[in-house]
Amino acid sequence: MAKTPRTPGRRFRWTPGLLIGVVMMSVMVAIAVVAPLFLTSSAETLTANPSQGPSAEHWLGTDDFGRDVLARSLVATRLTLLMTVSTTIMAVVGGIAIGTAVWLAPAKVRNGALRLIEAAVAYPSLIFALLIAAILGQGTWSAVLAIAIASIPAFSRLTANMAASISQRNYVSTARLLGVPGPRIITRHLLPNMAEPLLILTATVFATTLIELSSLSFIGLGVQNPEYDFGRLLNEALVNIYSQPLQAVMPSIMITVTGLSAMLIGDGLAAASDPRGGRRHRTRRQASELPASLRSSADALVEVDNLTITAPTGKELVKGLSLSIRAGEVVGLVGESGSGKSLTAMSIAGLLPEELTVSARTLRVGDLDLLGRNDPRRMATEIGLVYQDPGTTFNPALRMGSQLTEVSRVHLKESRTTAVAKMVKALADIRITRPESRMKQYPHQLSGGMLQRAMIATSLVSDPKLIIADEPTTALDVTVQADVLRQFRSINRERGTAMLFISHDIGVVQALCDTVIVMNGGKVLERLTGADLAKGNVKHPYTKALLAATPSMSERKTELVALRSDAFNLDEEIEEVSP
Amino acid sequence: MSEPVALSRATALDNNPRSRGPRLRGGARNLSPWTEYAIRRGGGVLLSLAILVVVTFFMVPLIPGDPAVAVAGADATSEQIDAIRHSLGLNDPLWLRFLNYVGDLATGNLGNSFAYSTSVTTIIATKLPYTAELALLGITAVLLISIPAGMSVGILTRGNRRKWLDVAFGMVTGFFQAVPQYVLATILVVLFAITWRILPAAGAATLTALILPVVGLSVGPICSISRVVRRETSTVLEQDYLRTARGWRLPALRLYARHTLPNLLTTALTLAGLILSGMLGGAIIIENVFNWPGVGKEIVTAIVNKDYPVIQGIILVLGFLAIVLNLLVDVILGLIDPRTLGGKRSNG
Repeated sequence: MAKTPRTPGRRFRWTPGLLIGVVMMSVMVAIAVVAPLFLTSSAETLTANPSQGPSAEHWLGTDDFGRDVLARSLVATRLTLLMTVSTTIMAVVGGIAIGTAVWLAPAKVRNGALRLIEAAVAYPSLIFALLIAAILGQGTWSAVLAIAIASIPAFSRLTANMAASISQRNYVSTARLLGVPGPRIITRHLLPNMAEPLLILTATVFATTLIELSSLSFIGLGVQNPEYDFGRLLNEALVNIYSQPLQAVMPSIMITVTGLSAMLIGDGLAAASDPRGGRRHRTRRQASELPASLRSSADALVEVDNLTITAPTGKELVKGLSLSIRAGEVVGLVGESGSGKSLTAMSIAGLLPEELTVSARTLRVGDLDLLGRNDPRRMATEIGLVYQDPGTTFNPALRMGSQLTEVSRVHLKESRTTAVAKMVKALADIRITRPESRMKQYPHQLSGGMLQRAMIATSLVSDPKLIIADEPTTALDVTVQADVLRQFRSINRERGTAMLFISHDIGVVQALCDTVIVMNGGKVLERLTGADLAKGNVKHPYTKALLAATPSMSERKTELVALRSDAFNLDEEIEEVSP
Repeated sequence: MSEPVALSRATALDNNPRSRGPRLRGGARNLSPWTEYAIRRGGGVLLSLAILVVVTFFMVPLIPGDPAVAVAGADATSEQIDAIRHSLGLNDPLWLRFLNYVGDLATGNLGNSFAYSTSVTTIIATKLPYTAELALLGITAVLLISIPAGMSVGILTRGNRRKWLDVAFGMVTGFFQAVPQYVLATILVVLFAITWRILPAAGAATLTALILPVVGLSVGPICSISRVVRRETSTVLEQDYLRTARGWRLPALRLYARHTLPNLLTTALTLAGLILSGMLGGAIIIENVFNWPGVGKEIVTAIVNKDYPVIQGIILVLGFLAIVLNLLVDVILGLIDPRTLGGKRSNG
């Protein structure tokens, strides 16, 4: 039987907000329990002292019938909380029942039900509530029922969404395949995995229903005389707002504090369940004090000396790495994921995530010192960047053309027409079909291979000295990979552009690179020439292991032959996505 | 009153992962995305309308007691009640009444008010403009304030900078979200109309009378939307495409206005649409505090008077507006971000 994996036990984090929320809510619950025991008589006995101002006996004065305002506000807590809790329970139970049941229903029923829920969610809940209140008449429990029913569609929609994402996980499909009955799947697999978000949602629903219930009472459609909740008290206070504004103060404070504490609890639970909570600092870049480990060569285009990248936890992700790239040289950086190769590349590009600290003795590209601030124009035009996943590299909300020509227009100050014409030509050069219409399309309408080639094309328009390619072929199909590699190769040959090429695939780099640097654990293990690698002339056991792990070298070789072959022809139309 | 619900609703709509990244190749039908969208959404709109009509129709038969008694008044004879029952068609079978109801709707006839001797259409036509005035001014204020505010805070606090700003923003917006609309409105009346006497406390006589209701209506939504925008901003700022834009070393304005804003508008506008339809229906509280002559005040009076045709008519019109607004927002979103046309939102 498939086991439900749980999120690994994290220590529960008590944020200050959560603590304040829980304390305030406990105070409210205590008032709700205690106040009616002691204060009911002064809250409900009619006296001969109506509409009095504050005095020692009545701290907030009395209402129209001589009842103590403070006592009434405190006693009202019980009814308000009872109503809110009942409404919340009804909304949550109903929502979960419908939301999960929808997922067990046959597909046709499910789609119909989801559409109905969707349509119901679109109506403002207050209209719903008023409709139900109109049918049931005014009163405490009809208000509870009205708000509860009105809250069910939204809650069941959220539950259905969560159930949908969980039921796609492997262990649920396994359980289904094994014939585990539906209700058992819900109680054993769905609910335990939804518990955390459901709890947060419940806190939110509590805060919402509190306000909605008291609003109904406030406009006179909820709790009726002689009963009273916070909303009813405010309704009575509004009549006397000119003569006795104090009468409105206490119920206002009480309801605000209750609502705020529920929200704080919800926010606090959400923050506590967010595993990313409490990390991150700013990137700091500093010159390293360590002595030079590599003789600085004046002819190097890129010089990295003693680069160390530290995580906020203090862990060194890259440990004293040094490398240099001559003009026109292609340097490959290989290693498994987590070896620090992408971090190295991104620190040369000046694009490391904020939380990491970079230190180095030297970190420069040409005369750009990357340890300091640089002219953005020079950074954009002298370093070209190609990223790993072309599917997420482009802004989904903007057309290709406006993104691809951005560097030309912003940094090279070209007119839109010139930039577009140049880009269309560049796209045609890398054999992208119908380049004019591609420019008008959105990223999601293009295939991954096409996007990646467009990225390469745009990184070339400013004629950069260096191209940094961070696993540019990893996310692509094998056939497309070969074509993209060929692109890099011809750029290097024709333009003499230097490259830093990152890959975890040693076969890919050996075809392309003059020098290959093998990394593991943030350190350089071996430096080789491409020729050495091709001959299998490696020393370090790790590199040998990497080579051995490359699937079927003979297959790779035929692929490489295809790569060099001028007759190689990629069927463009395969990749086309109908717009 | 409605914005926290609207918030959870937008999350409900939004939680559904939209198709990101490349979509499946070559569809069987080669329709333009907008045509496909119109067909799919058209069905949804029709379904919503059908539910609305059915629900409002069944409202009257479901109400306990005899509507004819409510019309006739307490001291009517049984002959009078019978006559009224006959003239209201209450003796007809349910299906015939439903057909008549739908037929009347098609001709714009919403029936006559029990309490006043006017048609429901007239009542709504005179009250709705007041509510629309409030709601439109309110939503304008909400969008103009919350999007820039939320984005600025999101940008200023990126990568855990300025922790204090984040905390302060969270506390201020959280506090104003927790204050119920009617409490806030009451405070506004006490301060501006009673203590300082600079703005009118109630009525819709002057232009200045608009200020307090609009403020009362929009403070809550401003807080909830700016929180959402702030959260979305932080998310968008961590996306790969923003790294690409940073890699192109674009100036800050371009980076945020062109590359960030359109990507967070989806959520903000979905929410704003829900809030606007909520405001149209949910201005009830504000209208009652400020004695504003809109549909919200009317429906409360109608419920107290058991004036069923008016209740039915107002619910129908507000529901219809909510459906139309929903559709309108989705069309705007489709224009801003064409991925939303993909239809992943509407069927889980």
